Amino acid sequence: MSLQSARHPDPVDPIFRGLAFAAATTLLLTLGGLIVALMIGGWPAISKFGFGFLTSSTWNPVTEVYGAAGPIVGTLITAVLSLTIALPIAVCVSVFLTQYCPKQIAQPVSTAIELLAGIPSIVYGMWGLFVFAPWFARTVQLPILTSLDPESFWGKLLAGVPNGANIFTASIVLAIMILPYMSAVFRELFRSIPPQVREAAFGLGCTSYEVVGSVLIPYVKKGMIGVVMLGFGRALGETMAVTFIIGNSHRFPDSLFASGSTLASTIANEFNEASGVHLASLIALGLVLFLITFTVLAIARALLSSQRY
Amino acid sequence: MDRALRRKIANQAFVIICTGAALVALAALALIMFSLLTKGVGGVDLMLFTADTPAPDSPGGLRNAIIGSILMCGVAMMIAVVIGVLAGTWLAEIGGNTPYGHVVRFLNDVLLSAPSILIGLFVYWWVVVPMGGFSGWAGAIALGIIATPIVTRTTEDILNLQPNALREAGMALGASQWVTVRSIIWKAAGAGMLTGGLLGFARISGETAPLLFTALNNQFLSFDMSKPFASLPGAIYPFAMSPYETWNTLAWAGALLITLAVLGVNILGRWLARDKDHK
Repeated sequence: MSLQSARHPDPVDPIFRGLAFAAATTLLLTLGGLIVALMIGGWPAISKFGFGFLTSSTWNPVTEVYGAAGPIVGTLITAVLSLTIALPIAVCVSVFLTQYCPKQIAQPVSTAIELLAGIPSIVYGMWGLFVFAPWFARTVQLPILTSLDPESFWGKLLAGVPNGANIFTASIVLAIMILPYMSAVFRELFRSIPPQVREAAFGLGCTSYEVVGSVLIPYVKKGMIGVVMLGFGRALGETMAVTFIIGNSHRFPDSLFASGSTLASTIANEFNEASGVHLASLIALGLVLFLITFTVLAIARALLSSQRY
Repeated sequence: MDRALRRKIANQAFVIICTGAALVALAALALIMFSLLTKGVGGVDLMLFTADTPAPDSPGGLRNAIIGSILMCGVAMMIAVVIGVLAGTWLAEIGGNTPYGHVVRFLNDVLLSAPSILIGLFVYWWVVVPMGGFSGWAGAIALGIIATPIVTRTTEDILNLQPNALREAGMALGASQWVTVRSIIWKAAGAGMLTGGLLGFARISGETAPLLFTALNNQFLSFDMSKPFASLPGAIYPFAMSPYETWNTLAWAGALLITLAVLGVNILGRWLARDKDHK
């Protein structure tokens, strides 16, 4: 789309192109600077602890020994768990909105869900800490604790102090946060399917369940995996909501109802009191978080761009 | 059971499950709004806007935090609009199809979804440490970096939607590319670009994590952006975590204010975009 008037060269044109190019390059430099900052800042910790930084679950500011295994596992568990909860609901919501919902209410409901995707994460965090976690501890966690044999498999999986601040509740709040975003993009994907595809399937006598399950979902499969990865990326990096609810303990999480920590919540909690190796270790956590999310996002973008919608 | 009946039942069950899922999603979100309103409205009074953040158990408001948020978001949006509009224009009009253009577009997408706390670490390392302390400028730069990819992305998308005939018209009149972009393309895409700016603004006005170690916080009203700076999210976070009831009430009132602002800006953006569609 590059259009230039050869006969009337405008002296401003090169300046405009130069400025626009500089702005585009700024984006590149920002990401480069981000990686450099994380590497330089985290280097003291990486060089001191080596590969053990990733595998050790000790996190002790007193003895100055730091290992990232606890937060890494916490991050992955909460992200996977929240995705497991949010994905089926998001698919069903978007199917409902595009296939079954009467037209008059589909638009307002979609808009409402999209608007809720914009609520700041600190609000989700406060709701989780003050409303959801106490309710969960009272009505779910306590009855489970008292009815299960603590030595059985389920007893061990669901052990924990019944205060509601744990990995499981953090995952549920995360799921509520990524749900509006995911269902909005799923809806766009379903809308992008040419109506003839649906009509052809209906013409063969499929029920609407069969149309959705055997025709529509396979049609946008690649795009859906892309959306799932983007939702996963969001859950991995989400900070404030998780910091409020997860309980912030550095132990290696050994049950779903145990308190834990994520990479982002550890950084948010300790950064302002940290110095020296502690600070470097926190920045190294940032580097780990960046590498994980970058990988996930790169895969998501590749899958989404191969299916333009 | 015969096959037709089985298919019919499966279909009915699926419809019910999907409807149920939509109801569950709406209920969860309605519950959050309900808590926010019931706990937040009680804290909204005149003092919220006229007094600064108080010591524990004494009355106060969020004036310093509201003003701080507005100032930091304002500066951030200036950064984001200048860089974002130019970068988006470069991607759409000049170099978007070059290999370098593809790299820039990909990196913009990465920045768009990068965890905001990492942007905080970035600004801490490159701004806070060299400048020798937390400051409003650092907070504004962090927020600006978060909003820029949003503005870039929407600008590029909107410019790509403009018909090529507009560019040809400019060229036919002998206008240079700069004049064509400035007086024809940007003007035609104005509402859409404004929407992008508003979405960016809505996104950063609730951001907390990157402010924790860039702007920090400030208990007093201040206009000196080279010092630690107050912000609404920065005030809400410690207040919500504290054991003092007055602080908790203020935190809920602040959360309500932010949410209303974010929703308001979002609705305004959508309304502007829709208005454009109908023309």
